[in-house]
Amino acid sequence: MSGTMTLFVVVALGVIGWLVARGRATRMQAEAGRLATNSLPSQHGWYVALWTALPALIFLAIWANVTPALVLDSVLQAPAAQALPADGFTRSAILGEARAIASGAQAAAFNPQSMTLVEPFRAATLHYGGMGALLAVILAFAGGAYALSRVRPAFTARRRVERLVMWTLLGASLIAIITTAGIVGSLLFESLRFFSLVNPLDFLLGLKWSPQSAALGYGNEDAFGAVPLFWGTIFIGAIIAMIVAIPLGLMSAVYLTQYARPQVRKWMKPTLEVLAGVPTVVYGYFAALTVAPALRAFASAVGIPGASSESALAAGLVMGVMIIPFVSSMADDSIAAVPQAMRDGSLAMGATTSETIRKVLIPAALPGVVGGVLLAVSRAIGETMIVVMAAGLAANLTLNPFASVTTVTTQMVQLLTGDQEFDSAKTLAAFALGLVLFVVTLLLNIVALRVVKKYREAYE
Amino acid sequence: MTGQAALTPQGSAPATEPRTAAPTDWRSDAMRRRIARRYAAERRFKVLGLAAVLLSAGFLAFLLVTMVGNGARGFTRTQIALPIDFQRSAMLIDPALLKGDTAEQALAGANLPAVIDTAADKAFGEGGARMISPAAQAAVRKAILADPAILNGTATITVPASEGVDLAAKGDGSAADETAVARLKQAGALSTGLNLRFLTASDGTDPTLVGIWGALKGSLLTMAVTLALSFPVGVFAALYLEEYAPRNRWTDLIEVSINNLAAVPSIIFGLLGLAIFLNLMHMPRSAPLVGGLTLALMTMPVIVISGRNAIKAVPPSIRDAALGIGASPVQVVFHHVLPLALPGILTGTIIGMARALGETAPLLMIGMRAFVASPPHGVMDPASVLPVQIFLWSDEVGRGFIEKTSAAIIVLLAFLLTMNSIAIYLRNKFEKKW
Repeated sequence: MSGTMTLFVVVALGVIGWLVARGRATRMQAEAGRLATNSLPSQHGWYVALWTALPALIFLAIWANVTPALVLDSVLQAPAAQALPADGFTRSAILGEARAIASGAQAAAFNPQSMTLVEPFRAATLHYGGMGALLAVILAFAGGAYALSRVRPAFTARRRVERLVMWTLLGASLIAIITTAGIVGSLLFESLRFFSLVNPLDFLLGLKWSPQSAALGYGNEDAFGAVPLFWGTIFIGAIIAMIVAIPLGLMSAVYLTQYARPQVRKWMKPTLEVLAGVPTVVYGYFAALTVAPALRAFASAVGIPGASSESALAAGLVMGVMIIPFVSSMADDSIAAVPQAMRDGSLAMGATTSETIRKVLIPAALPGVVGGVLLAVSRAIGETMIVVMAAGLAANLTLNPFASVTTVTTQMVQLLTGDQEFDSAKTLAAFALGLVLFVVTLLLNIVALRVVKKYREAYE
Repeated sequence: MTGQAALTPQGSAPATEPRTAAPTDWRSDAMRRRIARRYAAERRFKVLGLAAVLLSAGFLAFLLVTMVGNGARGFTRTQIALPIDFQRSAMLIDPALLKGDTAEQALAGANLPAVIDTAADKAFGEGGARMISPAAQAAVRKAILADPAILNGTATITVPASEGVDLAAKGDGSAADETAVARLKQAGALSTGLNLRFLTASDGTDPTLVGIWGALKGSLLTMAVTLALSFPVGVFAALYLEEYAPRNRWTDLIEVSINNLAAVPSIIFGLLGLAIFLNLMHMPRSAPLVGGLTLALMTMPVIVISGRNAIKAVPPSIRDAALGIGASPVQVVFHHVLPLALPGILTGTIIGMARALGETAPLLMIGMRAFVASPPHGVMDPASVLPVQIFLWSDEVGRGFIEKTSAAIIVLLAFLLTMNSIAIYLRNKFEKKW
């Protein structure tokens, strides 16, 4: 019996358990009277169904993880396995091939020796698969019988089922903590391994980034100075992109909330939101295909030296456009949160709408706007595809926006998508960069949320 | 300050002696100029705001027009009517084998590429073979299988043109290709047809060969895994936090983690997937299962946050009423609160899924950038996804790939647009104001 089949049988047994228990409880309720029974028939049904299916399913999950080792063990006991070479690599290659043929994933063997092992593999798989299926079905029957025997008028089936539901809900919400712990754990673990190879100070303060030379065996000194990466990230994400996004986003929000007619607002706001919904790979392609060549042509026409076809400006401009709706909606929220009385007071004093906006609303909303901008920066520096496709790979410390710079995320992609062994300093460096990125975005978010919260409290 | 003084528009009037200041002469030149200046500033500011909105919308329009302009051509292809004299060709085939199961094998050994090349050279002169796409084989094979009788004589088969001819016919080719197109036009062999291959094939080495079906199927499988994992977990977590969680340090920790995860850059999730799923658990690289797992971790916080908002919007009176007639807390939530909050939760889920569908960076981290020439059959097979396919094609040097990349972007955007429209429709249809 295959695994899917067993799964199906177990679930079917659960359904049958549900039906039987409900029928029995209904009859019981008719005899004992409605008020004498603790739980509804369907709740008894759930109790039995869960007892039938859950233990068997848990067993199957464990069994599926244990079986491969058991199968391998019994195959190695087979007489044909005595002829296997001692060399670990060929050995595992032959075993893997035999397993693939036995399971039907592969039709023919490259190594003839694999064919001799196919039969033992098939037999062992069948043996353990059948054993697992049998045990699962027995477990299902045992659980179902136990639960069915407990269907009594006074039995608190509802409370027991609901307790399981509560544990499931709690478990689901704990996944968030586990994920966070997984991120922090894996980043820290790999980063510590990196920092055992490279001095953390060299990494954080070094001015020269050339991991390729480290990979070629020139040593790790002077190869992992990440300052040019940090500069490139800040230059693109926090400077150029914000120069585009802050004025456009803020002015759009002001216009749409203060001037535009409701009809215009109703259509323009979702239109601008679309900018945030376009996938970043599309922006990246747009930047690389359209914006970057135009900027380079412009730069060489004006005579700016060092113009590259992969420029910080192209990536930053497009990233800024992507961030516009983000800034705009944060500004929208904070302007809307300014008390109406302040606006009315200013207008009543004879100030024009623009004077009210510039001298009352925006100063009052400033903390919220600043918080929004910080959140936007944190999103911009973590953005990957635009910079991968448009910003280039040269780690330059330059102020020239037409030159090529590289960013933390670009280098992470670059370091991890090559074909090198996983334990080299080069790949571990990606995790160290990831750790820095994680910490910086986290800090930005905490500061931003605190600023926004404090400001909200001021008006409440 | 008296009320009268506050109404005095002249800022320079000393507030302490309101009565000694002369009343403002509104008709004086100075005041008129001042008011005109203020009104001009007002108009300027308004125009500036409008300009910001229009500029932002203009970027969007420009982006879309560029993509559609480049990509629309990716859905069409240039075809050449190629006369092939099978009788006199170097084809080694036994017509008896062309029936039933042996047909494919017989054609595979029939040396079709050479037959096509000679036919093209003969029909269109020297260099004719270079005008034909490698995809022509498939067309010829199909024609033979449909009607084996054509092997006895000369047949004219419509085959796709090569990358160069295709580009030239669409007005974007090199000089050499332009002359080739002119020659073909003169022969009356050129036509334009729908590029069905683009919707049914997978990645390939030649722009006339590629299609997005493989990537699309990979995306669908990945999204299925993501949805199956992140939706139940997200909804359960939202229910727990909003309805049952006691206010204590653990709950705070859960809330902080979820809000943090929502703000973590997506590439970090890729690192997590690489470290945990690939290096620790040894799952297969480039598989939709791993991609789906990684994206599920990324999408889950989005679903939790939108789910909590939707649950919060259900008025407490409904809970009180249910509790009042004897429902247990679990019944209150699963019979009353959840059904009422479901449209809101679904809206948030669709938006989260749309974001996951467009995500590229985390998938690059878990090795989903391999060349995959056949669509995946299951979640464990190596696969590509649409955004990664776009990224890979954008790296190709062949100029024919530009329109293919843009066409793939159009397909991706169409999917996202559909998903977001469904979300908006759901929100408008089911949103209740209590």
